[in-house]
Amino acid sequence: MSSPSTTLPPVPAPAGRPGTVPRLRRRAGHTPSRPRRSLLLTVLTGLVLLYSLVPLAWLVISATKTQQGLADSFGLWFSGDFALWDNITETFGYHDGVFTRWLLNTVMYVVVGAGGATLLAVLGGYALAKFAFPGKRAVFAVVIGAVAVPGTALAVPTFLMFSTMGLTDTPWAVIIPSLISPFGLYLMWVFASQAVPDELLEAARIDGAGEIRTFFQVVLPLLAPGIVTVLLFTVVATWNNYFLPLIMLKDPDWYPLTLGLNSWNAQAATAGGEPVFHLVITGSLITVLPLIAAFLLLQKYWQSGLAAGSVKE
Amino acid sequence: MTTLETVAGADRRPDRPPARRDRRSWAGWGFIGPFVLVFAFVFLAPIVYSVHLSLFRDQLIGGTTFVGLDNYQQALQDEQFWSSLSRVSLFLLIQVPIMLGIALLVALALDSGRLYGRDFFRISIFLPYAVPAVVATLMWGFMYGTRFGLVSDVNDALGVSLPDPLSPGLVLASIGNIVTWEFVGYNMLIFYSALRVIPNSLYEAAEMDGAGQIRVITAIKLPAIRGALVIATIFSIIGSFQLFNEPSILQKLAPNAITTSYTPNFYTYSLSFSGQQHNYSATVAIVMGLITMVIAYVVQLRGMRKES
Repeated sequence: MSSPSTTLPPVPAPAGRPGTVPRLRRRAGHTPSRPRRSLLLTVLTGLVLLYSLVPLAWLVISATKTQQGLADSFGLWFSGDFALWDNITETFGYHDGVFTRWLLNTVMYVVVGAGGATLLAVLGGYALAKFAFPGKRAVFAVVIGAVAVPGTALAVPTFLMFSTMGLTDTPWAVIIPSLISPFGLYLMWVFASQAVPDELLEAARIDGAGEIRTFFQVVLPLLAPGIVTVLLFTVVATWNNYFLPLIMLKDPDWYPLTLGLNSWNAQAATAGGEPVFHLVITGSLITVLPLIAAFLLLQKYWQSGLAAGSVKE
Repeated sequence: MTTLETVAGADRRPDRPPARRDRRSWAGWGFIGPFVLVFAFVFLAPIVYSVHLSLFRDQLIGGTTFVGLDNYQQALQDEQFWSSLSRVSLFLLIQVPIMLGIALLVALALDSGRLYGRDFFRISIFLPYAVPAVVATLMWGFMYGTRFGLVSDVNDALGVSLPDPLSPGLVLASIGNIVTWEFVGYNMLIFYSALRVIPNSLYEAAEMDGAGQIRVITAIKLPAIRGALVIATIFSIIGSFQLFNEPSILQKLAPNAITTSYTPNFYTYSLSFSGQQHNYSATVAIVMGLITMVIAYVVQLRGMRKES
């Protein structure tokens, strides 16, 4: 994240780059490199912060309420009875534990789909960045052009095609389309262009390392922050996917969490259906937590990966 | 893959015979090949297949027959299609500027170094991106609701009656709010990452010229992140034209306000899965894809032209 340091004569450092420029003025005052903190600006940005966090607070608070408590109490404060543990138990136990099944399905789609998408994007991005091969321009034009094609516009034709091949209502119908992430390929291409020096590749080749060995021993470690970034974004895309499984799957045994939660919610609207809003809310919280945890734990890696990715734009 | 292993040996000679280039080419294909194969299967094949489908029609009598461009003609005269298209266009014209504007302001505020607790702001505002659209819509749907929603809480507490966010007049704005909530942080992060890599020397030059904060923003920061702004705009346009998840999930809460042809994508979905009109559905999807590509292309041209 550090900006290139300067060789210019000592002038006051620019705004917004604390620490990246040698601090020559050590006055206690506010140099432009250490601008005065603004309470007003913090409060204004705080409004957007509230907007972002209040719904999540609502979700956490609501997950502690019973179905009755949801209707009776104020949305942003706890009701008398703290039912979070009961709700969690009931969520996992409802309908013979189908929630566990959906959770495991989602994990499978993520491991195979997002893992595979990341692998293909890393290999492809590296090839685009570091190799000259015939047809490279064509590959590039087609992939970039296809990014502009709305993914969901393709979904119905993909369903029809998969349907004639007998792939619908199987996990493959969800996994195979998840394997392609044009955004991941783009990010990896930009990242590999910068992170892998040509001299290093030349050196490895002169030392007699084959392409595969060079890739695993020299290139892969250098790409690590980019890989974490791509992996995180493909994981989010797969974990949160709704439209694709919606059209591809009929059998609830193959549902991911998103489809399952929606089916519980829709249950209340059907005749004679039992409303289980407290389970929908608790299940939603359980669905959200792993991704938020991943983003928080891996912050350093994916943010540096994204910053490098934006250089070329 | 063993051919790849032998490539390095040829590199040792400095005179680089032409054969080396060819073998290196194969090495490149070895890495990109798997991506291209799967890409052809899940992107190119469905496009070709849907073009094929769009040229046929399922008749009650006579089975599937070739009808040329009849389906396209029908789509261009389809009122349901046009009203769904104008609905997402209206959505796009209002929601996207608001969302990107807020994202840009927050990114500039973070980048100015004037905030207390900058890192906390950055990660917290980004978090909604990690929430699935299904969960986001269910959450906001509950909060909008009159049964145990925040709107009804406010009504009870203050003795007022706020308009129902799920009424036909307001539901589009309510969807806009959900989409804005989901993607403000994501766009903010794209802009912020682009701002962080602006070279210091530009700020130093501006400093010596005596430029103020506003001038630095308009003369340095905004031009420097133009690429990121254009890309975020294009992604947002594509996203608006594809709108499906939020309206389809909210439909259960607002069945009177949201029809099955509420957005173009919802329309193609309904045609295919409720109406069994696969051929016509493919046609509408193609027309919509073409419109999206043209608009994305025009925006890109305009955005890049100003750069020179």
